[in-house]
Amino acid sequence: MSLLVPAAEHLPDALASESTLRRFLHGLPGVDQVGAEARAATLATRSIKRESKRWALDMAVRMTDLTTLEGADTPGKVRALSAKAVRPDPSDPTCPSVAAVCVYGDLAGEAAAVVAGSGVHVAAVATAFPSGRASLAVKLADTRDAVAAGADEIDMVIDRGAFLCGRYGEVLEEIVQVKQACGPAHLKVILETGELATLDNARRAAWLAMAGGADFVKTSTGKVTPAATLPVTLVLLEAVRDFAALTGRAVGVKAAGGIRSAKDAIRYLVMVNEVAGERWLTPEAFRFGASTLLNDLLLQRAKQRTGAYAGPDYFTID
Amino acid sequence: MPVFDYAPAPESRDIVALRPGYGLFVDGAFTEPADGGTFKTVNPATEEVLAEVAEAGPADVDRAVAAARRAFDGVWGRMRPAERAKYLFRVARVLQERAREFAVLESLDNGKPIRESRDVDVPLAAAHFFYYAGWADKLRWAGFGGDPRPLGVAGQVIPWNFPLLMAAWKLAPALAAGNTCVLKPAETTPLSALLLAEVLQQVDLPPGVVNIVTGAGGTGRALVAHGGLDKVAFTGSTEVGKQIQRTLAGTRTKLTLELGGKAANIVFDDAPLDQAVEGIVNGIFFNQGHVCCAGSRLLVQESVAEPLLERLKQRLATLRLGDPLDKNTDIGAVNSAAQLERITELAASGDAEGAVRWQPECPLPDRGWWFPPTLFTGVSQSHRIAREEIFGPVLSVLTFRTPDEAVVKANNTPYGLSAGVWSEKGSRILWTAQRLRAGVVWANTFNRFDPASPFGGYKESGFGREGGRHGLEAYLDA
Repeated sequence: MSLLVPAAEHLPDALASESTLRRFLHGLPGVDQVGAEARAATLATRSIKRESKRWALDMAVRMTDLTTLEGADTPGKVRALSAKAVRPDPSDPTCPSVAAVCVYGDLAGEAAAVVAGSGVHVAAVATAFPSGRASLAVKLADTRDAVAAGADEIDMVIDRGAFLCGRYGEVLEEIVQVKQACGPAHLKVILETGELATLDNARRAAWLAMAGGADFVKTSTGKVTPAATLPVTLVLLEAVRDFAALTGRAVGVKAAGGIRSAKDAIRYLVMVNEVAGERWLTPEAFRFGASTLLNDLLLQRAKQRTGAYAGPDYFTID
Repeated sequence: MPVFDYAPAPESRDIVALRPGYGLFVDGAFTEPADGGTFKTVNPATEEVLAEVAEAGPADVDRAVAAARRAFDGVWGRMRPAERAKYLFRVARVLQERAREFAVLESLDNGKPIRESRDVDVPLAAAHFFYYAGWADKLRWAGFGGDPRPLGVAGQVIPWNFPLLMAAWKLAPALAAGNTCVLKPAETTPLSALLLAEVLQQVDLPPGVVNIVTGAGGTGRALVAHGGLDKVAFTGSTEVGKQIQRTLAGTRTKLTLELGGKAANIVFDDAPLDQAVEGIVNGIFFNQGHVCCAGSRLLVQESVAEPLLERLKQRLATLRLGDPLDKNTDIGAVNSAAQLERITELAASGDAEGAVRWQPECPLPDRGWWFPPTLFTGVSQSHRIAREEIFGPVLSVLTFRTPDEAVVKANNTPYGLSAGVWSEKGSRILWTAQRLRAGVVWANTFNRFDPASPFGGYKESGFGREGGRHGLEAYLDA
């Protein structure tokens, strides 16, 4: 491969050719699924109370990529969601903003107009999301369009077909090119682990994405079941931890799809803390891709503040 | 100060109604010991006295054995098996209903983290009763002949590391097979067995079917040497096991022993490393290493030793040591001052013999008995910490070059209770497992227990099997 791969200096042997890349990915330590599930289940028994719970709820809000990815999305819907991203709980000025609004690329401009100056990022899905079945030229154009429209974070999907065929070089090249097309925008690489099926594949895909220059590896599009799970997120967290040990660069992790309750979100934070470490406990290094999660976080936040649960009508539906 | 500092999340101890004193459970009732002797049981995490417990002498043991004999002859031995099963099912269900109470009491008296007593000890104890309840009326299909008979009265002596679970391991198969029992819990952890006695009253188990005599080594000796037993089952140290074997040599009393261990956990270079790290942690730090089948010797292939140890150290730094009742505690208190002294002494021998000690930064509470998770590298086969059972949170790391060497080193111990093999290659796991002289071999996991799976040792780790169909054999005239 003659690609200019961002991680080339740290993985020169692995990235020398298609066959060395394959050998490298298949030489990564295997993942025992039973063991990974058991570890995730044990971590899920942690009991987070009182001040640590309040801290975790705020952190989860700050890590949320508030998402709408519907065919029926309209400028109005995106503007409403963006307003909520900036001020999730109008009744509580101490409530932080979320990390980003996540929308389709053609609506990135609408979101950018609302969140401008607030510190909330605009994430756009690109590269023929969610299937990724388009030519590279189309994917690159999709990416450039979204950045031009105001997205400062791009959520791309990998070519799962190529990955499952074993054409790893092709997957890598696409990531590298999309990263270039992103320019200054951050790149999140969606592995769609539900389609990769095994945890070994999830680990290999994560390394491929990191080698290609991903700023984040992301579990899922949210359009495939299963989406984010604790075991698969565990494997991604181990991968970013190991990559940082090798290269010094901390790649982020985004767990997306299926995380609906504050309780679940706290379980993810415990896992981030104990598997990857404190360095990942910031919105720069861990994100939740979610739509309904935010209101449960707000509900629980208000419960911590006031001691009582408010009715659902006290939280906005956008 | 950590970024994400978990606030204390203690399980409430109010659910346990401790009595100031406990008598002996004989013939269905709590009774005073003949000579009025008592001993104290303490919370190892605080050194607070939890209760005064009666100490059974020879006369009390005699009374208990006589009660068990009457119950065997009069009720239990002749009861329809399906009726026996109903009692065991009831015990299992009540254990589940009162699970939290048992878990809290077990953590108070033993020092183990509530996460383990709640998620392992108590559910497994209930599972054993369920499992053997199912066998009670199906004994003729257990593979021990068409009409296997119970032995009679069983004397059972259990250790302090899994007090309730060991009681369940002993009582459930014995009762299912139609025997009656005299159980002696360990002197540092008698309370969960006494709460179990209350459960037996609650389910109306006929008097004398199970008798519980509390006390120390003297009580155990009196029980084992009592001529009226048909069967003795012991779980504990190899040293005491040998004494018992001498005592019973030449008598008609049948014996099974489940003794010490020095298990090898073998990690090949193609192992799933992150899960192997978990398995190593679970193998040696589960229950503070107070586990006879603990993976106390890590045998790691040299080519992967460095990355594995690096990951292992990172992982050990995340272990949370402290209040056993805190739901986030991973490592609780060492069960007794005597045990702490033994662990400390053996660890010091590791330093003296040239091994390199590593411990994560781990503040210990001021009161109670504690030992931080500890790793020794540079250990050789000749070191005491590679040969003797430490029974504490101390891992000895040895390396090997070839599968043959791994097997030779793993088997080079007087013990043979358990072993672990880590590899992504199925044929290598099978090759290794066939050659290991250990009663249990775990592949890509460690310290996993199931009532349907037999458990027991080779060599000086004892004989006889507990659990599964095999576990019935010790209590039948097979």
